[in-house]
Amino acid sequence: MAALRARKTNNEADQPSSPVLRFGADKPLKLDAGTLLSPFQIAYQTYGTLNDARSNAILVCHALTGDQHVANTNPVTGKPGWWEVLIGPGRIIDTNRFFVICSNVVGGCLGSTGPASINPATGKPYGLDLPVITIRDMVRAQLMLIDHFGIEKLFCVLGGSMGGMQVLQWASSYPERVFSALPIATGARHSSQNIAFHEVGRQAVMADPDWHGGKYFEHGKRPEKGLAVARMAAHITYLSEVALHRKFGRNLQDRDALTFGFDADFQIESYLRHQGMTFVDRFDANSYLYMTRSMDYFDLAADHGGRLADAFAGTRTRFCLVSFTSDWLFPTEESRSVVHALNAAGASVSFVEIETDRGHDAFLLDEPELFAAINGFIASAARARGLSL
Amino acid sequence: MSVNRAQRVDLEVVAGLIPPRSRVLDVGSGDGLLLELLQETKQVDGRGMELSQRGVNECVARGLSVIQGDADTDLEFYPDKGFDFVVLSQTLQATRNPKLVLDELLRIGNRAIVSFPNFGHWRVRLSLFIQGRMPVNDDLPYSWYDTPNIHFCTVRDFVNLCNELGATVEKATALDGNGQKIGLSMPWWFWNFFGQQAVFLLKR
Repeated sequence: MAALRARKTNNEADQPSSPVLRFGADKPLKLDAGTLLSPFQIAYQTYGTLNDARSNAILVCHALTGDQHVANTNPVTGKPGWWEVLIGPGRIIDTNRFFVICSNVVGGCLGSTGPASINPATGKPYGLDLPVITIRDMVRAQLMLIDHFGIEKLFCVLGGSMGGMQVLQWASSYPERVFSALPIATGARHSSQNIAFHEVGRQAVMADPDWHGGKYFEHGKRPEKGLAVARMAAHITYLSEVALHRKFGRNLQDRDALTFGFDADFQIESYLRHQGMTFVDRFDANSYLYMTRSMDYFDLAADHGGRLADAFAGTRTRFCLVSFTSDWLFPTEESRSVVHALNAAGASVSFVEIETDRGHDAFLLDEPELFAAINGFIASAARARGLSL
Repeated sequence: MSVNRAQRVDLEVVAGLIPPRSRVLDVGSGDGLLLELLQETKQVDGRGMELSQRGVNECVARGLSVIQGDADTDLEFYPDKGFDFVVLSQTLQATRNPKLVLDELLRIGNRAIVSFPNFGHWRVRLSLFIQGRMPVNDDLPYSWYDTPNIHFCTVRDFVNLCNELGATVEKATALDGNGQKIGLSMPWWFWNFFGQQAVFLLKR
């Protein structure tokens, strides 16, 4: 079953079930690495209808291991879309009113060009021959998708974590194309600690003998053990210590006593192993390297002479930032520094910190206060944009 | 911050000082009452800063542009003259450094509007004079040991501070205990005695 799903992931990389926009040699993607990616493709999902004025489009940016299946059943896992609690008919982001677009980022593994895609030059998967992709590269590709739809100005760009980085990049690179921006549980840069955790994950992948220097497909293998360990370590950072302890404590897994061995004695061990194992079924290991790297490289202030406010100079975009009290991956201070920069730039900005013990992953969960903030922000932005309710 | 809704007649006075479509920063925006009033009646481009996270979350949920922040520490992030008006209503007395806060208001706004409870009001004086106690009443409901209002001043004290900071008083309004404006022609001492709240329009 796992092998079947794994094959399905590979298929999704090159033959996705989503619509795909292909860019030929005439439209290469300019990469920060200094090269051009061509040809390349973007796999995306849309929901709702674009109005005649093309003013009701919302772009959703996905996080590190997310995908374009934000509000439909995921074709790989069979699970609901990752933000279906928020987006759909009658939901807070109501697809009866808004035209919602979500695309797989470049470097991803669900249909947009990434390391698992076939390199037309060799006929084999890119592997590490794909240049390193940055957050700005992802956004540049998304812009080409938005241009394809003929959308002059997005009503809103939103996303959490790595998705939030893309939101900030959008607002900074293309302020005239973004009416409102909603970056959640994110920051304008990746901290040293965050880079450190990512490096642990990458080293785990690369230490797996099945990785084969990134050419595992050619060997008919996948570095599943390494990727699972990477996911286990990362998963800890998405949760809070309080929530972990409340959920698992020191409870034992299917046993009454310690075994004096190295099986998963504790529930938390069993839980993490499960998280790791299910992850490798749906995600490409090389893509994980590229995604984590793109976040590590993100530093919006550095792109503007070290002054974050300059990244937003003269912006007319309306911002709403959200952070969570127990998020130690992107603590509130990271959001607050963006808020201060936006204040300095004279931007219209709201900022909500939500009290929760659910950690970084809170942005994906049913958090009433988060939804209330998003609802209020979207409603007032819609009024300002002249979108009828 | 310390005054309940029914008593916020000062908000009407503040709103009366602001022309339509101005850019307004409301420092200490509380539950967003003033911002909402200004947006509805004056179509202003309004922003708020509020200390209490709960107040902020409620404001944002109602579609107001508000951030969590502390008037004592977070005003420095705003650029010079970024707003037409910066409003500080019923908050000055709760700041740690009112002089610095007022200085920042005058830097950030082309004009600053400040409203505060007047500690020179006759009832306050009476409480001190007759009972020898710090006043506790409907307008000043806290005891001295639990009040957030750590820097009370009188109308005259405030005018002195404005002079020190080189601010010009363009307009001043005092409200009596019933929320009625006190006649314009009255001298400062009269306002200082009968004004329960004061609203100042300042420029530097």
